[in-house]
Amino acid sequence: MSLELRDIVVEYRGAHNSMVRAVNGVSLTVEPGKVVGLVGESGCGKSSLARVASGLIKASKGSVLFDGEPVAPLSWQRRPRRELGLQMVFQNPYSSLNPRRRIDAQLLDGVPADVPRRSRRSYVLEQLDRVGVAPDVAGRFPHQFSGGQLQRIAIARALVTRPSVLIADEPVTALDASSQVHVVNTLTQLVRDLDVGMLFISHDLALVRHIADTTAVMYLGKLAETAPTAQLWSQPGHPYTSSLIAAIPQVKAGAGLPVALAGEVPDPANVPTGCAFRPRCPHASDECTREPELWPHRAGRSACWLIHPGTEIPVRPAQPVA
Amino acid sequence: MTRTHSSLTELTEEQEAATVTPSDDPAAPRRRWWQARTEASRIWRQPVVVVALLVAGAWLVVAIAAPLLAPFDPLQQSSDVYASPGGDHLFGTDALGRDVLSRVIYGARLSIPLALTIVLCALAFGGLLGLVAGYVRGIIGESIMRLTDLFFAFPQIILAMAVAAAFGPSTLNAVVALVIVSWPIYARVIRGAVLSIRSEDYLNASRMLGVGPVAALRRDVMPNSFGPAVVLATLELGNSMLLLAALSFLGLGPRPPAAEWGAMIALGTNDISRWWVSVFPGLAILTVVMACNIIGDALRDRFDPQSVGGR
Repeated sequence: MSLELRDIVVEYRGAHNSMVRAVNGVSLTVEPGKVVGLVGESGCGKSSLARVASGLIKASKGSVLFDGEPVAPLSWQRRPRRELGLQMVFQNPYSSLNPRRRIDAQLLDGVPADVPRRSRRSYVLEQLDRVGVAPDVAGRFPHQFSGGQLQRIAIARALVTRPSVLIADEPVTALDASSQVHVVNTLTQLVRDLDVGMLFISHDLALVRHIADTTAVMYLGKLAETAPTAQLWSQPGHPYTSSLIAAIPQVKAGAGLPVALAGEVPDPANVPTGCAFRPRCPHASDECTREPELWPHRAGRSACWLIHPGTEIPVRPAQPVA
Repeated sequence: MTRTHSSLTELTEEQEAATVTPSDDPAAPRRRWWQARTEASRIWRQPVVVVALLVAGAWLVVAIAAPLLAPFDPLQQSSDVYASPGGDHLFGTDALGRDVLSRVIYGARLSIPLALTIVLCALAFGGLLGLVAGYVRGIIGESIMRLTDLFFAFPQIILAMAVAAAFGPSTLNAVVALVIVSWPIYARVIRGAVLSIRSEDYLNASRMLGVGPVAALRRDVMPNSFGPAVVLATLELGNSMLLLAALSFLGLGPRPPAAEWGAMIALGTNDISRWWVSVFPGLAILTVVMACNIIGDALRDRFDPQSVGGR
C-alpha cells in the first residue's frame, strides 16, 4: 500500500485577500518499506505538504491517493478504516500527546478492531515496548516523560493501527541532539522491520542522508530535485541541492565555517518568475527566466535548466558565495 | 545505509541506556501523587489562602450545623426589638426582635447553596454552549456567540432585576434570573479554550487514530478546556452571592421571613443607627466572597496555562 501525491497545490488566504501558494504542484510517491526524505528550508511548504498527505487539511488542487484510493480530508466523520493505515508523527511531542490523559489510554484509542478485548492492553504495551518504553510507566501522564521519550511514545501511537505509510513531519526538530539520534534510530528501525513506507520531512539534509532511500528537495513550494539519496549527494542535479550540501557544518580540522547560501527565501506570496531559485543561484542565466520542469537527471529528476538536454552549460560545483 | 545506521546506534548506546528508564525520581513511583502533594504544600505556604480555606470551611460547617449552632429560632419574633449586641443576643436583634446571630447562621443555609446552584447551572449551560460554539463553529457557533454578546450588552444586575421582576419575586426565580445573566462569561471562556485546542496536534493525532468527533470532544477537548472555567466559577461564586443579595435587597429574592443575607441588610437600612442589623450579614457576605476570590486566585495560579504543558 503506497501513498501517492499528485500535483498537490496548497493555497492559503494571505493579507488583503491575496492567495499564498505554499505548495505548488508537488508529486511524490512513498512505497512500502522505503523512506522518502523531504528537505527544504523553513517556509518552503514541507509541513503543508505533510498535512495534506495525512488528510489533516484539504489540498486546493491535486489528489492524495492511499492504496489507490483518494484520502478524504478529516471532517465530521470518523476517519474511514482503510485510511487508518496512514499515520503521522508530529513535530512537537509536547503538544501531540494529550496532557490530561494517561499514555496507555491514548494508545488504546487506536487499537485495531480485530484485537480481542482481553488483549488490547497487552497489545498497547507491546507497541510501547517496541519503542523502549517500559510497561510500568504506561499509566503515566505525558508531562512525566522527557521530550525524546514522548516522541517515541508518539511513534508507538502511530504504529498502533499497524500503518503501512507513516508521515513524519520534522519528528526530531524539537528534541536535543542526543534524543534526536535515538528517536531517528527507533523510527527507521521500526519502519524497516515492519515494512512501513515513510515520508520523512526535515530541514536537516545530513540527517536525511542517513535514513532516506530517496531524497526530495523542496524550494518555495516546488520540488527542485528528487533522486536516490546517494546520487543526490555525489552528483546533485540542482544548484540548490549543492548549496544545501555545502551549508552543512563539517566536524573536521580546519574545515572552517560552511558556505552559507546567499540571500533569503523569497516571500511565498511573491514568488520570482521563472525558476524560483534564480535570484540566489550562482549559475542563473537568461534561460532561467522560463520556468523549468522536473527533467530526468541520471536516476532522479531535477528542475534546473543546467541539466536540460538543450542547455550547453556543464554542471559545476557550488561556488563559495562572498 | 545499513552501515551509517549502525554507526549511529553505536554513538548513542549510553544515551539509550539513560533514556529508556523513566525520567523521574525512582523514589516517586507515582509522580502524580507526589506532585499533588507539592502543589498542596505550596498552597499551605500561602497564609492568605490558608485563611480563605479555613473561612470557607467554617462557613460550610455553619451551614450544615445551623440548628446546632444557632441560639434562637431565626424566625421567632420577640418583644425585645433592636436589642444591642451582647448579652443574650450576641449580634443583637432586629426590628421584629429576631436574633441576628441565628439569622446570619441560618442565612448561610440559604445563600451558600443558592450561590453554588447558580454557579453550577451557569457553568453547565454556558460551558455546553461554549463547547459547541468553539468545536462546531460555522453558523451555529457564530449564532451562539452573537447571543452571548447580546447578554453582555446589558449590565448584569439590571438584566437580573428585569428577569426576576418579570418572573415575580421568589427564590427560584431569582436563581433562574441569575443563571440567565451569568452563563455568557462561561460560554466565552470555554469557547476560547476550545478554539485553541482545535489546532492542537493531540486532537489531530487522536482523530487520525480513528477516534470519532464526539469521542474526541469528550476525551481531548473537554478535559483541556474546563480548567480555566473552574477557576472562573470559583471567582464567580462570590459574585453570584452578591447579586443574589442585591436581588433580595430589592425584594426580588427569597420572600421576607426567610433569613437571607441581602434581605437582612435591606431591613437594617431602615434605621442606620441600629448598625448591627445590617453589619453582621454584611460581614458574612464579605467573608464568603473574599474567601471565594482568594481560593479562585490560588486555583488560577495552579492552573496557569503556562505551567500545564511545560511541567
